[in-house]
Amino acid sequence: MSATAESLGSSASAPAGEVVLDCDLQKVFYGDFLAVRDSRVPIEKGKITGFIGPSGCGKSTVLRSLNRMNDLIPVFRFEGHVKYHGQDIYAKKVDPVVVRRYIGMVFQQPNPFSMSIYDNVAFGLRLNRFKGDLEERVHKAMERAAIWNEVKDKLKNSGLSLSGGQQQRLCIARAIATEPDVLLMDEPCSALDPIATRQVEELMLELKQRYTLALVTHNMQQATRVADTTAFFGVDISRGGRTGYLVEMGETEQIFKDPRQELTKQYVSGEFS
Amino acid sequence: MSQIDLTSPARAVALPSLERQYLERRALVSGALTALTWAAAVLGSIPLFSVIFMLVAQGGARLDLEALTALPPAGFEPGGGFGNAILGTLVMVAIATLISVPIGLLAAIYLAVLGPSSQLAGVSRFVAKTLTGFPSILAGVFTYAVLVVAFGYSALAGGIALAVLMLPTVVLAAEEAMKQVPQRMTDAAYGMGCTRSQVIWKVVLPTGLPGILTGVMLAVAGAAGESAPLLFTALFSNYYLAELMEPTASLSILIYNFSAMPFENQIELAWAASLTLVLIVLVFNILARLVGQPKV
Amino acid sequence: MASHPFQDAATPGAISGPPSAGDYLGDSIFRTIALFCAFLIILLLAYILWEIGGQAVPAFERHGLGFVTGTTWDVSGEEFGVLPEIWGTLYSSLIALIFGGVFGIAIAIFLTQDFIGARLAAVFRTIVELLAAIPSVVFGLWGIYVLIPLLRPASAWLHAHLGFIPLFGTELSGPGLAPAALVLSIMILPTVAAISVDAFRRIPYKVKEAAYGMGTTRWEAILKVMLPTASSGILAALVLGFGRALGETMALAMLIGNSNQINLSLFAPANTLASLLASSFPEAGEIEVQALMYAAMVLLVITFVVNVVGLGIQQLTMRKFEGKK
Repeated sequence: MSATAESLGSSASAPAGEVVLDCDLQKVFYGDFLAVRDSRVPIEKGKITGFIGPSGCGKSTVLRSLNRMNDLIPVFRFEGHVKYHGQDIYAKKVDPVVVRRYIGMVFQQPNPFSMSIYDNVAFGLRLNRFKGDLEERVHKAMERAAIWNEVKDKLKNSGLSLSGGQQQRLCIARAIATEPDVLLMDEPCSALDPIATRQVEELMLELKQRYTLALVTHNMQQATRVADTTAFFGVDISRGGRTGYLVEMGETEQIFKDPRQELTKQYVSGEFS
Repeated sequence: MSQIDLTSPARAVALPSLERQYLERRALVSGALTALTWAAAVLGSIPLFSVIFMLVAQGGARLDLEALTALPPAGFEPGGGFGNAILGTLVMVAIATLISVPIGLLAAIYLAVLGPSSQLAGVSRFVAKTLTGFPSILAGVFTYAVLVVAFGYSALAGGIALAVLMLPTVVLAAEEAMKQVPQRMTDAAYGMGCTRSQVIWKVVLPTGLPGILTGVMLAVAGAAGESAPLLFTALFSNYYLAELMEPTASLSILIYNFSAMPFENQIELAWAASLTLVLIVLVFNILARLVGQPKV
Repeated sequence: MASHPFQDAATPGAISGPPSAGDYLGDSIFRTIALFCAFLIILLLAYILWEIGGQAVPAFERHGLGFVTGTTWDVSGEEFGVLPEIWGTLYSSLIALIFGGVFGIAIAIFLTQDFIGARLAAVFRTIVELLAAIPSVVFGLWGIYVLIPLLRPASAWLHAHLGFIPLFGTELSGPGLAPAALVLSIMILPTVAAISVDAFRRIPYKVKEAAYGMGTTRWEAILKVMLPTASSGILAALVLGFGRALGETMALAMLIGNSNQINLSLFAPANTLASLLASSFPEAGEIEVQALMYAAMVLLVITFVVNVVGLGIQQLTMRKFEGKK
């Protein structure tokens, strides 16, 4: 069931657009545990790249490696490279803090700060010492995140007083307020009800006009609805542990209608999940 | 007891009754133990009510404006009060807070956020816990050896002795409060590209503030009631505090001194001072509870 | 500065930028100061040990270990021994441990094993917290004017009828060991209760389920399952309560009688290391001060050891439960 190195190379179609994040993770370790192997995932500008696969396939690990969030785990290390606009973000002199200013993230669980709705969205702007019209940017971000109308009269209320779906849209507003180059989204809809999910998906389609998005989702249909490019990850149990790896990556339509790998075909047809 | 005949008359099986058997031995023992436990709880509460009663009855009778503002009376003098003691207590507690809170908070920041699993944090945490169990009188002896020998008895020394007592409590309480800040919030802050200091100042401290304040208030309440450390440092004084480098009165020392005196007047004042001290401690305890409404 | 390539490569006019030099400097300074403060805590303990130990050295050289076994405290003769005080400290703390421990654990059981509803439990918890909040001197005052008068008739009766038992060998004429020890038990009761409550709370719910599922009465469950499971936590509570009793000063100084004698009788006056320090220090001359510093060192060592042991038990217990989960 494991793909060989050669077929891996051939199953990743050459990216058509400009590659913003050149991600090549050969081996990712948590301590002695090999979490991910052989995953070359180029993220293209202006597109939504979806990561799909069964649980434990390492898609979140790969995503979090793109903005050095895995640095927060002391036993994390990897072999390979991640290049942002050609610059290696893991180079010795590079400060992960700076990387994260350019590559934003929306997490699985909504996590607004315990401050007012306004202050939540303004957080990034203030952090980066934005000198322009703060209110205008906050307003614009919340409009784009489809949350302005619901909260415009209660901007002073705590961000935690909102419902789950609203909190997540607040977090998205917070992330896009500084207009980061790339936005990483780690199963952003998993804690949301179907209506909120739909709203966030529509939001993503709009966002891709201005930003580059990489999205981890356990929901295949979401990938078909939203992603331009899809990367399918599988789990390799041949060596005893559960190691994730990139099985196939290509245009979403191709992955779902005409997958090249057997494993992909089985996953997208729902034979396992 | 009901009997059910299962196979033949010779093999009748008796099922136990499912109803409560109050007189059964197990139940009796259980009941007795429960009664004893109730007795223990009630008995353990009696001292508190007795103390409160004495404070209100004896102390309340003497608590008036004069008691709160006048200076301590000498042996056979009537009247008088403990105004200078109140001021002394408040001043020394303030000094102690000003010293112990910043240091304690910074140490707690290291323990909770910057290096929680480091060896330094482990040792520091253990030392702080050890220090909380220290006899308070040793804080006085320590401050005596370090300060008083060189600079004489002073309110400052008293404040520093109290700071030594408050510091471990503040550290541990603040660390706990900061640990309560959900990880997803600090993740969000890191995700936005905050430096570690920014995560602390913008997210951890504001969110953990109620818990931190609770801990500080409780530490202050404890320090206000302390007397042993002040014996060797602030000593006592019959006058209002004029400057920090001279000895000062405090409510706790006043109570201690007066309790041994054979004068009715002093004893009454001791009770009134006790009531005042307990009220001050109570106020801080209540503040601690009020302030501790978490924001998460 | 490697951050600049990102800035150039990113969309021009982007809002995001790296932290300023000031931010970086502030970050480094702040983190260093925090680390230093954590270190300061350790330094403080070391300094305390060093300072008090250092002050004790002259007396140690003069009196040697005879200090710990000597029984006289003679200022003019310059002969000092703290055996009576060590005795008083241990004896009073032990009695306090028995009473405070039993009552503390009983109250902990009362609060955690479903004897009363949540509201009443909150009331009792507040009572215990209030007990903990009352300052030592206030307990001392209360002891003098309430407890001692209360104990006198009881002690007279006990002495008259059971005076052959050394415990009741003398009468309570005023301050003495009994009132001091009783007040001490009241003072450590909250400590023991709080840590025991914590120990009971840590018991995983499924343990309780298993016990009741087998049809135990409430007390069988408590005695045979809950107590054994929480036993190490309760042990820690007792050790730490004992540690607190050892160091308690003011109430004891006011109630124990400050008499440097060793007497098994509960009603005889006695002295503890802490109250010796409290009562003798203010008037002490140089030689006596040095002897008192030695006494302080002895107290320091005793309480330090007890506290470290108690904390060690507590850490091991927590690790046991964390491992289980």
